[in-house]
Parts: sequence; structure tokens; C-alpha cells
Amino acid sequence: MSAIQDYPSRLTDNASRKFETFSYLPAMTDKQIREQVQYIVNQGYNPGIEHTEVENAMQNYWYMWKLPMFGETDVDTILAECKACHDANPDNHVRLIGYDNYAQSQGASMVIYRGKGFK
Amino acid sequence: MAKKGYDAGVKEYRDTYWMPEYQPKDTDILACFKITPQPGVPREEVAAAVAAESSTGTWTTVWTDLLTDLDYYKGRAYRIEDVPGSDDEIYAFIAYPIDLFEEGSIVNVLTSLVGNVFGFKALRALRLEDIRFPIAYVMTCGGPPNGIQVERDKMNKYGRPLLGCTIKPKLGLSAKNYGRACYEGLRGGLDFTKDDENVNSQPFMRWRDRFTFVQDAIEKAEKETGERKGHYMNVTAATPEEMYKRAEYAKELGTPIIMHDFFTAGFTANTGLANWCRDNGLLLHIHRAMHAVVDRNPHHGIHFRVLAKCLRLSGGDHMHSGTVVGKLEGDRDSTLGWIDCMRDRFIKEDRSRGIFFDQDFGSMPGMFPVASGGIHVWHMPALVNIFGDDSVLQFGGGTLGHPWGNAAGAAANRVAVEACVEARNAGRELEKESKDILTSAAKHSPELKVAMETWKEIKFEFDTVDKLDIQHK
Repeated sequence: MSAIQDYPSRLTDNASRKFETFSYLPAMTDKQIREQVQYIVNQGYNPGIEHTEVENAMQNYWYMWKLPMFGETDVDTILAECKACHDANPDNHVRLIGYDNYAQSQGASMVIYRGKGFK
Repeated sequence: MAKKGYDAGVKEYRDTYWMPEYQPKDTDILACFKITPQPGVPREEVAAAVAAESSTGTWTTVWTDLLTDLDYYKGRAYRIEDVPGSDDEIYAFIAYPIDLFEEGSIVNVLTSLVGNVFGFKALRALRLEDIRFPIAYVMTCGGPPNGIQVERDKMNKYGRPLLGCTIKPKLGLSAKNYGRACYEGLRGGLDFTKDDENVNSQPFMRWRDRFTFVQDAIEKAEKETGERKGHYMNVTAATPEEMYKRAEYAKELGTPIIMHDFFTAGFTANTGLANWCRDNGLLLHIHRAMHAVVDRNPHHGIHFRVLAKCLRLSGGDHMHSGTVVGKLEGDRDSTLGWIDCMRDRFIKEDRSRGIFFDQDFGSMPGMFPVASGGIHVWHMPALVNIFGDDSVLQFGGGTLGHPWGNAAGAAANRVAVEACVEARNAGRELEKESKDILTSAAKHSPELKVAMETWKEIKFEFDTVDKLDIQHK
């Protein structure tokens, strides 16, 4: 058995902050992101994009990027919109939400572009 | 027109309570009992006896029967079926008019349906397999104080199962050391930690001290991780007054979730606490100590799916459901049936999952099934596959037993659950590809790698005692 390792999360280290689902995995490749967006489309969810300064990530309401893309099923269109949000707010977390209007909840929510200081 | 005069004496039950021509009404409460009659007792008679003893009847005619419209109020045995795979048992289906039950009182329903009749001598054994609550009755019950969707919004958890951990050792830690164990788990990536069911307020750790230190743990872990956290603060107590006192203090601390043991404390206490949680905005986690005493024997008692439906009506946001794969009993198809009863709006009759009736819960919120008991990181792919996103996966020993401690154990489970969700969304088959999915996730997580090495060989492969009734001859 290998030697015991310290668990390195710190209050003083911003990079210790997480941002919910998939934030414990390494940043996804383009291919992986595409698969997740396809999943959101396949589930019949409505895609919506939000972004925030990294220090405000814990708040309920992030900035909404335009309006949710109701009925949008084209993965490239959705990804292009995420990129447009990222280009306009390069330091911010950008997340993609899948609104499930039957459950009246978010069926999916994942950060697609990680903000400044996050790998 | 009633028959003239009063005939004292004993009539056969079937004359009054066996009504094969009866068409159940949409408002009837329906029950399916599995009955083992005493030898020589005809099946219609024994089914009728169960209908009588669980509704209006007693063993002899009484003159006051004639003061009411017994034909309206009586329970009716309307169908009998063979039990697949058994020669000496039958299923008896009984319909009860809704008037027999006080509105919103699971206590009252159970007092009738599983009361004296279970000790009745003409039966060798009796099991309540399923109940259909009519929507008219469902609407009189409070149900889950928050429900799955509200809990997701409050806790900000979307698109994945939630992760929990029961703090061990079950008993004996001081409040401050206990809070430490919670803090380590939460900072490592858990959403919840949990009081074990028998942690109430013992001399070594009084409830107020525990709540205070644990709340500190929650708050620091939230600041550190930037994610919402909770600990199921167990408010189960000897009296309702004491229970509410503890709940009030938990609320004062601003904690998001409390916990209750519904079966040992009883449905009266549980329904009251659920109402309190609804009024005060706290989530309610429900433990089920004592359930296996009544639900494990396949011939006698109450099936767990009945307890699950009753609890959903009484109120709870989480309820323990078994794991299928862990150390505690639970047949897979049967488990899938009762987790539907916990979460879904409408559950269709499906004998392959042990569901005997269509059940409509209308707008009543669903509960998170909680999978807990002897599970570890190798089980994760199967758990995500079986339970889906709307569940709480709870690893006690499987978090705290990590060679590097609770934070590392928590991180291992969090990485594993996210890797499984990612793989599932990408269209991969979790149970078939489990090894590959976990192994590649472990490349980026030394915590997961060590967890996988630690628990590699642990399995709980014992045969289930309470199986679905199927033809096996």
C-alpha cells in the first residue's frame, strides 16, 4: 500500500472550490463535451447557458446568457453559443443547463468552460 | 329492504364478505394479501375472513349491525389467485370503501388493514403484499415535505445521484470528534453525511453538542468546496416533544436537513415531523430501522413496498431502499418496483416487479431512494445503473475505511460517481464496462485508485430470502 497522501484542499486556495457535477473530473475533451451535449438533446431537455465570476459560483443565480435555447437540438449550434458566451466572458465559468420542463427541474447542469485559475 | 328480525349466532364469513362479482370503485382502497390458510379452511372463507376482520366484521353477529348499512361499509374480498410457486398460499384481493379511513391518517389505514387480522387463528400466516391508495385518499395526505425537485434546487445538485456517508463508529464518538469525521467527508466531495440511526442523545454525545459541532463542519466544508452540504441531524427521540425541541434547534442553526426513524418512532410522530418540516423549510431524511422485522418473511408480515407507499404519504424526502448489491437484503426486480413507488407519479401494475395495482400519486412529490449498506466504489457503476440520478448513494465504511481517511474516501466516491454518470450519458453500458470506466477515472485520481485496491475483493453474494413469487417447478 502506498504512503498516506494529504488531501490538499484549502480555504486560501481558490482552485479548491468546486462547481458541482463533473467538477471532480479533469476538464473534458471536445469529444467528451459533444457527447454530453448530445445526451442533453437526447433527453429532450432545453439547453440554457449561464456564466459567473468564479468567486460567485456558489450563488443560486448566475448570469443568463441570452435566453434558453428552447427546442434546439443541433449540437453544433449549442456548442457555438457556449463558445460565444465564453469569448465574451473569458474569465468566467460557463455552464450548460438542460432544463427538464416535465420535472420542472434541471435535468443536467455542467460547466463547459472553466473560469480563470481552474484546470 | 333488510331481512326481518335479528338472528344471533355465527355466520360463515363468505356469505357476507366474499363478493366475486364486485367491481372495485376508483375511490376504494385495495389490498392484496398473501394468505396461508389453516388446513381444511376453504379459500373463499379465509379470504372473506380477512376482509371481515380488517374492516367491519367480528366473529359473531351483533344486533347493532342492523343499525347501519353494513353492506356499504364492509370490506369485500373480490378476487382470489394462486400464488406462483406455492401450493398452500393464495392471493386475496380486498376492496375497502374510502369512508372506513380517516383522511390523511396512515395510522388509521394500518390499524385496520394490519391490525387484529394478523393474529387470526384461521390463518397460519398472512402478508400484506400491496395497497392501492385511491387518488382521492392520496390528496388528503401531506406527503414529502419538499420532494426531489425542490431538494435539488435547494442543494444545487443536478444531473447525478447525490452522495452520502454514514458516520462510523455508530456509537461512542464525542461530539467534536464526530464533527471532524463529518467535515473530512464533506470537504472531500460528499453532499451529505448522516447520523447513524441509533445515534440519538446518549451520554457520550448529547444531541445539542453534536448538532453544534456538525453545523460548524458543514459551514467550513461549504466555504472550502464552494458546494452546498448537509448532515442528516437525527431528531428521533423518546417523545414527540423532545423530537420537536431538537428539530427547532437544527432549524435555528440553519442546517438544511434533519432525519427521523419512522418505524421505531411510529407514523404519528413521522407525519407530525413531516408537517413541521414543510412549515419550516427543512428537508427530511427517513431511516427504516425495524422494517426487516415485518417485511423480510415472504409468508407473514407487510411487504416493504407497502411501507414505502405509506411513508411517502406520511412524509419524507429521502427513504432507505436497499442497494441490491450491498450487504443488506433486496431482490433486484422487487427493488426496482418499490423505488418506482417512492419516486414516480404513476406506477403501473407490474407483477414482474411485485406491483399488484396501478398507483396514482397525482401531484404528490417523490422521495429520493437511499441506497446504503455495505457498498463501495466498485459497486458504483451498478448503483448508477439501477438507481439512476434521482437517488442518494450512501457509502459509510466505503468512505471512512479509505486508507488515507475520509476526505480521500469521499473524493474517490465523488470521482467514481461522476465518471459513471459521464460514461452513461455518453452511451456506455455501465455494468459491462465498469472496470474500464473506473480504471480510467482512477488515472486522474490517486484517491480512487487506492480505494479500488482496498475493496477489490469484497462482495456480498448471498441468496435473497424475500424473493418475488414466481413459478419455479
